[in-house]
Amino acid sequence: MTEKTVLNATHRALGARMVDFGGWDMPINYGSQIEEHHAVRRDAGMFDVSHMTVIDLHGARTREFLRHLLANSVDKLKVHGKALYSCMLNEQGGVVDDLIVYYLGEEFFRLVVNAGTRAKDLAWIEQQAAPFEVQVKERPEFAMIAVQGPNARAKVLGLLHDVDRPRIEKLGKFSAAAAQGPHGMPLFVARTGYTGEDGFEIIVPAEHAVALWEALAAAGVAPAGLGARDTLRLEAGMNLYGQDMDESVLPWEANLGWTIALDEGRAFIGRAALEQQKAAGVPRVMVGLVLDDKGVLRHGQKVLTANGEGEILSGSFAPTLNKAVAFARIPAGEPGDVRVDIRGREVPVRLVKYPFVRDGKPCAGI
Amino acid sequence: MSEIPGDLKFLKSHEWARVEDDGLVRVGISDHAQGQLGDLVYVELPEVGSAVKAGAGAAVVESVKAASDIYSPVSGEVVEVNELLNDKPEIINEDAFGEGWIFLVRPSDRGELDELLDANDYEELVENEDH
Repeated sequence: MTEKTVLNATHRALGARMVDFGGWDMPINYGSQIEEHHAVRRDAGMFDVSHMTVIDLHGARTREFLRHLLANSVDKLKVHGKALYSCMLNEQGGVVDDLIVYYLGEEFFRLVVNAGTRAKDLAWIEQQAAPFEVQVKERPEFAMIAVQGPNARAKVLGLLHDVDRPRIEKLGKFSAAAAQGPHGMPLFVARTGYTGEDGFEIIVPAEHAVALWEALAAAGVAPAGLGARDTLRLEAGMNLYGQDMDESVLPWEANLGWTIALDEGRAFIGRAALEQQKAAGVPRVMVGLVLDDKGVLRHGQKVLTANGEGEILSGSFAPTLNKAVAFARIPAGEPGDVRVDIRGREVPVRLVKYPFVRDGKPCAGI
Repeated sequence: MSEIPGDLKFLKSHEWARVEDDGLVRVGISDHAQGQLGDLVYVELPEVGSAVKAGAGAAVVESVKAASDIYSPVSGEVVEVNELLNDKPEIINEDAFGEGWIFLVRPSDRGELDELLDANDYEELVENEDH
């Protein structure tokens, strides 16, 4: 049985092409994925991300529990509303999921995890939380709308109650706060995103989601599907769980080293395996590829290097760059001339540092 | 969705064939197919002079989402390709049954055309697919 978000009928009324996405009936586009991509890079677009899972954690030992659960250090969260990106790992160091954790009080943290991993994540978190007496509470009564683009914040701010507007306008990156939206609806507004543009991700009670969507549309925010979301995040150099990393991949091999906090004396799950692999040497690395010729890099294509074969993880045509880019996992070491096997043809590609695009512009060297 | 022109014949895999006045067969993909694929970003055209076989891959269209083989509805020799698609693959999205044609074949066995679906049968196929 496919699940539907509360905005399902709204998407259909807009003529969206719907697809199954991790068990959810979601809009892939509303006509042109490329136009939606450009709308986010140049102005403002919105995505229904209500399929994502919101989990609230309550209890006196919640911070202590998160020190154990997360590979990043929850002790970086000192200010109310501050958010942190982290992986949760298994004992082998493989990535169970990536998530955002919000600090909402010393006894109250909020997690937002992926939709496709919901059941497994909940089971894992509950199992790990039990000894800490932390209450794990899923919040399916929430919807979520991501509003992204250079004009996204201004358009959202215009819909907020006067008393909240100055405070939300000053909200720093990777921070969240409560605010009142149209008709006084209660919103949780986070300055986060998955596109490489500025903007907000807004958690809203499901019964207000359609009204919020319509108010945003009236303010000139363009509906954008999950297709555009995927090309935007790829250009922005952001990993997708299940494609770029999973339980068989250690963070070192997925360019997630920056999210690993090996702070002294913290025994988080998977730490021993991570330290062991780091000491032994990481066998594979994740790199960015650009195809200057015609063609499209795709998930699963073989990558040929001087040290052996690798494979494309996320790959797509990049609308901002008008050429194909990809993440690939290849053997460590000097790779020499890198080629990709596209339908039996060896096509030369360039190895680059990513992100490929940031704040609407191609990055240097792309 | 635009009307399906009555003079076209189809493969189940959504390629169309149009017999021109000079007996050559023009090939493209249906409007339904372009809609399913989404924005096209690249078309790999066959070479002029190459041989194509009915039901075998002759070209590739790539959308943002996926790459798809284009099968030739008839066997024969490719006599012309739509060079405009090299720079503007989106022509297929805009006019799949017209300006978005892909290649032109001199058929070696005109009997193969009788194996194809007519416009009505194709329309029915697409309707059933949508349910």
